[in-house]
Amino acid sequence: MLFPSALGPEILVTGVHKRINDAFQVFDHDLNKTVDVREIGAIVRSLGCFPTEAELLDIIDEVEEPNGFICFERFLPTMSKILMENKFRPIPEDTLLKAFEVLDQQKKGHLEPNELTEYMRQGDEPFTQLEMEEMLSSAVEPDSNLIYYKDFVNMMVLDGER
Amino acid sequence: MGCGMGKAAASLGKKRERAMRAALLIQRWYRQYVARLEMRRRCTWNIFQSIEYAGEQDQIKLYNFFGYLMEHFTPASSERSLISHIFRENDVVHDTEWERYFCYKSIEVSHGYHGPHLTFPMTFCEASKLVEAFKHKQLLHSRYVLQLLGEAWKLLRILPNINHVSTCHSKEITICGDLHGQLEDLLLVFYKNGLPSSEKPYVFNGDFVDRGKSSMEILLILFAFLLVYPNGVHLNRGNHEDHIVNLRYGFTKEVLGKYRVHGKKILKLLQKMFSWLPLATVIDGKVLVVHGGISDTTDLNVIARMERHKYVSALRPPKSGRVHLDVVDTPTHDRRRDGPLTMGLWPFQMVDLLWSDPMAQDGCQPNQVRGGGCYWGPDVTEEVLGRHHLQLLIRSHECKQDGYEFCHNRRVLTLFSASNYYEVGSNRGAYVRMGPDLVPHFIQYQSSQTCRTLTLRQRTERSALCALREQLFAHKSDLLGAFQHYDPDNTGVISLKHWASAMEGVLKLGLPWRVLRSQLGTSTQDGMLDYREWIQDLVFSEPKHEVLILETMYRNHSNLETIFRIIDTDHSGSLSFEEFRQTWKLLSAHLKTEVDDDAIADLALSIDFNKDGSIDINEFMEAFRLVALAVPS
Repeated sequence: MLFPSALGPEILVTGVHKRINDAFQVFDHDLNKTVDVREIGAIVRSLGCFPTEAELLDIIDEVEEPNGFICFERFLPTMSKILMENKFRPIPEDTLLKAFEVLDQQKKGHLEPNELTEYMRQGDEPFTQLEMEEMLSSAVEPDSNLIYYKDFVNMMVLDGER
Repeated sequence: MGCGMGKAAASLGKKRERAMRAALLIQRWYRQYVARLEMRRRCTWNIFQSIEYAGEQDQIKLYNFFGYLMEHFTPASSERSLISHIFRENDVVHDTEWERYFCYKSIEVSHGYHGPHLTFPMTFCEASKLVEAFKHKQLLHSRYVLQLLGEAWKLLRILPNINHVSTCHSKEITICGDLHGQLEDLLLVFYKNGLPSSEKPYVFNGDFVDRGKSSMEILLILFAFLLVYPNGVHLNRGNHEDHIVNLRYGFTKEVLGKYRVHGKKILKLLQKMFSWLPLATVIDGKVLVVHGGISDTTDLNVIARMERHKYVSALRPPKSGRVHLDVVDTPTHDRRRDGPLTMGLWPFQMVDLLWSDPMAQDGCQPNQVRGGGCYWGPDVTEEVLGRHHLQLLIRSHECKQDGYEFCHNRRVLTLFSASNYYEVGSNRGAYVRMGPDLVPHFIQYQSSQTCRTLTLRQRTERSALCALREQLFAHKSDLLGAFQHYDPDNTGVISLKHWASAMEGVLKLGLPWRVLRSQLGTSTQDGMLDYREWIQDLVFSEPKHEVLILETMYRNHSNLETIFRIIDTDHSGSLSFEEFRQTWKLLSAHLKTEVDDDAIADLALSIDFNKDGSIDINEFMEAFRLVALAVPS
């Protein structure tokens, strides 16, 4: 749980502010309370949010300065609201696994690299070439050249929790 | 939707829609996963970089301390006489005597030698033979090494401070950044881009040596091609082309290890050659290529007239060219903006070229992170480039994730050619090709490819944390003191906030401590942290020696090695007990702390493994490393 209900609302707010501040700082290279707009996806997502690209663009529209930077002062209230309202909730492991099963239409338990590529490179928010290569590099089991998605999901979820 | 659509088609459409939704979910999940990894990667990067710069700062402090000894102690004092030899200027002896000293002719090449045989004058054939031999891990015989270096030295001496090259004659010029002894990267660049020649000119932008294992081979290759194509190969000096820096960062050790008999001679000659390396290259009068960068006082006309060879080290201007300095502290601290822009400032021209980094804010300030050179802002870039009618500054000196990075409105380009610099997978290397239009084209690479990039990232992260734990261990007492400061009632617990400020207060690494806390094994209860337990967990082996001396040793690991190698004047690799004691005396004077004589004697005895009354420097440093490796990841 992100916010144990036993804590009072003030503690909750300061806790949220701290987390946002910590994450922001990692990308604030010049320590001047600004980050490049291109980093905002990593910040929002690393705070445990799972927005779509379109939703992310909405956030950026709300906080971006004309010069392509994001100021902490403007980012903090927007992001606090997102976290407090628990928008963009995490995707549970079984939901994720079911999604892979949908793609595995013959129920083989695995996907071919080109099968997965076809799905990931289509739709409203297709993967870039780079994203695709990176995903395959960790998803494809080298000996069989197949994606055993159950193992893959397991591995990724475990790694994420470390 | 046609009305004739049958059941099958409807189900197909539904299926497709489900697949689209599933794909979107997976994309959303995967992007979140990558973002979290990216966050951790940034932390890792910060750790490596902070520790690297803290080390450089340390080195410069030590260096300034030596400078202080030199200026404030009488020539007869024992401290001074221990170190004075490293500051001796180059040309005390006539060149003819040098040539005799470096003469290779008396060195026989035995029949057992299987490496390459060189003939002079150098030709393209001979130089590529050398590349081939090094590819197969062969060692060049010290006779050929001295001969090759001697020839290159004669050539370097007639080169100007600033190389001027033009792209008009040949099609494109290739520029490489830091190589740092990583031969694989140089070979990869040659493989992808071709060997240097008149038609394929190269600029190598300094930091050829240190850190990597094959600094010597890289130098030999670069000098060989320089001899064949003096107009096709351009070398700029980097801050690591400095014999005092080499004492700390591995090049001295590498040479002495590879050339046990003649290593000392080779080092002496290289020290001279480094001071004769040109400082910058200007392409078509428009692009300045220099290792570190510029400052607000940078003036290429002054630089062109400098006696560069008098700078045995860029950090210490030669006697003749310097204004009075208070050398107790880093000279950069109190130097700027005090005096008028006169020749009095020009001792810093050199250190600014070799040590500086760009910053995002306007202005120019001392580079306190590295301890030498300055930070310069976009306004300084504008002004200096404008004053010299330049359009682009290409510099190296900083490791970048992608091998290159623009800043200052794309007028400054950082270029770094050593891939996997911090750890396998940490960064790509890059080089630049540029034609008469002067538009840089980037080629990126990574010398060892691994398929599972994500597992690789974890490994990088682990080794960064391991390096960090070593730092924590080295500062254990100070940390404990800082924690206790926040715990006046001696409860044994402090808040996470205090923990983080204590960590930063002691280590000064500028790291996001709170983000790192889980990786550092801190667990909290109600937001409070049991610091005693946490500190206890940092110590893994019961130290045999007094804890204080052990900590001092850890913390000054590299300083100690530097002093050892300075005191070991004959480069024998071993020290007497007395010299060992003097090392510690120097170190404790530098740190302004008392180190107990008995404790040192104890340490010396326990380290003299073969009981011959002398201490092997390499063994001594290795003994440290063993403890360091024992730290579990």
